[in-house]
Amino acid sequence: MYEHDVIVVGAGGAGLRAAIAADEAGADVALVTKLHPVRSHTGAAEGGINAALHEEDSWELHAYDTMKGSDYLGDAPAVETFAQDAPEEVIQLEHWGMPFSRDEDGTVSQRPFGGLSHPRTTYAGAETGHHMLHTMYQQVVKRGIEVYEEWYVTRVAVTDEDDPSDRECHGCVGYDIRTGEIGGFRARDGVILATGGLGQAFDHTTNAIANTGDGQAMAYRAGAPLQDMEFVQFHPTTLPSTGVLISEGVRGEGGILYNEDAERFMFEYGYANNEGELASRDVVSRAELTEVNEGRGIEDEYVHLDMRHLGEERILDRLENILHLAEDFEGVDGLDEPMPVKPGQHYQMGGIEVNENGRTCIDGLYAAGECACVSLHGANRLGGNALPELLVFGARAGRAAAGEDMGEPQIETGYGAKTEDGDVEPPVEPGAVGDRSDPILADGGATAEVAADVVERAVATEEERVDALLERDGLNHADVRADVQQSMTEFVNVFREEAGIEQALQDIRTARERYQDVAVEDPSRTYNTDLIHTIETRNILDCAEAIALGALAREEFRGAHWRREHQERRDEEWLKHTMLAWNDGTPELYYTDVILEGEDKTYEPKVRSY
Amino acid sequence: MSTQVESDETETEEATESDAEPSPGDVRRAEKEARAAEQAAEAQREAEEQAIADQETVRIKVFRYDPEVEDKEEPRFDDFTVPYHRGMTVLDGLIYARDTFDSSLTFRHSCRQAVCGSDALFINGRQRLACKTQIQDLDTPVRVEPLPHQDVVKDLVVDMQHFYDQMESVEPYFDPDDLPDGDLEEQRQTPENRETVKMATRCIWCGACMSSCNIAAGDNQYLGPAAINKAYQFAMDEREGELKKEDRLRILEQEHGVWRCQTQFSCTEVCPKDIPLTEHIQELKREAVKSNLKFW
Repeated sequence: MYEHDVIVVGAGGAGLRAAIAADEAGADVALVTKLHPVRSHTGAAEGGINAALHEEDSWELHAYDTMKGSDYLGDAPAVETFAQDAPEEVIQLEHWGMPFSRDEDGTVSQRPFGGLSHPRTTYAGAETGHHMLHTMYQQVVKRGIEVYEEWYVTRVAVTDEDDPSDRECHGCVGYDIRTGEIGGFRARDGVILATGGLGQAFDHTTNAIANTGDGQAMAYRAGAPLQDMEFVQFHPTTLPSTGVLISEGVRGEGGILYNEDAERFMFEYGYANNEGELASRDVVSRAELTEVNEGRGIEDEYVHLDMRHLGEERILDRLENILHLAEDFEGVDGLDEPMPVKPGQHYQMGGIEVNENGRTCIDGLYAAGECACVSLHGANRLGGNALPELLVFGARAGRAAAGEDMGEPQIETGYGAKTEDGDVEPPVEPGAVGDRSDPILADGGATAEVAADVVERAVATEEERVDALLERDGLNHADVRADVQQSMTEFVNVFREEAGIEQALQDIRTARERYQDVAVEDPSRTYNTDLIHTIETRNILDCAEAIALGALAREEFRGAHWRREHQERRDEEWLKHTMLAWNDGTPELYYTDVILEGEDKTYEPKVRSY
Repeated sequence: MSTQVESDETETEEATESDAEPSPGDVRRAEKEARAAEQAAEAQREAEEQAIADQETVRIKVFRYDPEVEDKEEPRFDDFTVPYHRGMTVLDGLIYARDTFDSSLTFRHSCRQAVCGSDALFINGRQRLACKTQIQDLDTPVRVEPLPHQDVVKDLVVDMQHFYDQMESVEPYFDPDDLPDGDLEEQRQTPENRETVKMATRCIWCGACMSSCNIAAGDNQYLGPAAINKAYQFAMDEREGELKKEDRLRILEQEHGVWRCQTQFSCTEVCPKDIPLTEHIQELKREAVKSNLKFW
């Protein structure tokens, strides 16, 4: 068994930041990642990192913009902590050598971004995430933090009390992709899940193929609820053929969106009369699809993003990477012609319920970054707010897991926070298929036992699962995965209606049943990606189901969640978080309150117009 | 030995000077002219592309090996015929073949957009990223092999450990002589200095350069282009300070460091991020000379 104080699962932005923080707090920390750290998808982030650095800017303004962007589904303690910590984190990155783009006086440049009242987005060209990822990995190397690379964590090892809030996490189980070894990782102080997004639940996404919602699914099955999963961000500017992201920075620098009739539709059709192209992402995505649906799309599929008027020099200076992406993946020269763009799945606002210190309701289990929901982004994330989230809450989770005193959190987690039962009626039963006692937890009497035994038992369960997958004959997981991805993209996309969401839930149910017969064809223990992808597919099913259930339950239009039958935000009834507990295989939906009371003021929900 | 080094250096200095002069805009325009001149060739290519499209399928020959599986112990090539569509990349073809015909077909991939650096492969005899290599630009059948000069783990997966070891041996982390007081004060860096290091910072650790390098193939201890480029990023960054720069140059000028480079430019040619690797190595040689460090 491998043993450390703190185990961080995932080595993208949040994981690296958490590991560095835990190391600085004196913990023996290790990173366990299914990729090599520099392969993580944080590296694909383009636009930037928001932080109130200018004198005329303030954390209060940043918090206000974030809360408004969230459509008032953010929790004020999270939002304010975030806005307060972000400047220090950005400067910390600079001190670690991050190659930020600079103004003439040598200070870090900041540019305008959607939904921001002040130009507060720091950036490094149009490849900010790449530089942030590498800068932090350099610090991990410098500190000699141990990295278990190409180790795929498949399960967290927790005790099995009835109420998840009584459970304890003692480690996790990893599969060494290179050798096939199944190993126990004992965490003396805590496990931090930092596994990133779940874009592979959709078939048109900016996410990497590795973004399969592993952390969300593992925590969910161990008993930590998933929060606000219906809120999925669809980025308005992705390349139609591949889903490759074209940064919001293009619009931040002045890029313009046109429909087939060369109309600047954001203004001409009144989608956002003040902010135009720089309205919040949900607003722009809906505007684009409305244009297409009303017959003003190009080739009935996309719109044009034009940056030619910015001039060659400015484009090469600040957006050069965009030229390469458009050329390599769409065959378009952005200096000569407008780029085709359409909305694509980009970011999951919801995730594992945590408080502002990254702690879930399970003792010793933490989560940070995109897989977590603190809740900062609420119903819609602003561009440039994901990278600082990784820094702020990655660092906090790292320090908390290492045992640093973080003060009393204001956000409550677990069933204790419940204020209302859910009453959603899905067309098919969600959750586990067949045997409901999926042995995710060590069975019987694991309570308060020797921690190492809890990990050992989890290892034995995983060995059993892997053996079964390798030995039996059956379906290829890829077929199951593709069906769910297509269904999600068709029915739980930018525009959602009841019948469609129900269809998706039925499709997911069918997929779950088929998954019972999935088998791994490749018999090898050496680098068996067939096995890895097969396990990932089950995680995708869990995440897709949680998204669709939340989408069906929430009968209003808020932020990124649009419902045909419910065209208004309904604060009197829906100013609450959707929670979904796995409940040992029979998912339970319930609600908790949104916290709008900040340190010095209460955020009053207003009409969100841009 | 020293003669050769000197002559190499003169050559590159000239090359660097003429490269350094034109503005980015000029470079871009020059590229455009070249492109215009190529239009006839392009028409030709389009015809070929059409020919591929007419066939509607493309044949991919893929290297297979698994030390653990009986009929794969002996390396071999498998043929996959996959449906072709416009814009299809080699990675798309591999994924299709795996998901449709043989789920044991093994290769690293993740982001699909040339930033994670997972899928550098030897495609039609050259190191390329599978995700940004259009099938229409290749002769068919497309031949896909693991990166040369690295141990094959299985199919297209190679052991990257040596590459990572070399990267880490140059102390690949920012290490300033001193930092500004105060948590909210940044170090200043001129836009010009950032421009100097910009290309170097784009490295995605894909290993294509190291795999293409003849010197690295013959000298296992040679730091290699990626690691030297990494060191360049920090050595040339004005925020680090002179003391650390000295340290860095000492690492770089050792026996298996910059002086091994014979300026064959193969690394520069294959780099998917267009980093002028050879140029960076040459510049570090000059820096070492300037610092009066001995060279081999």
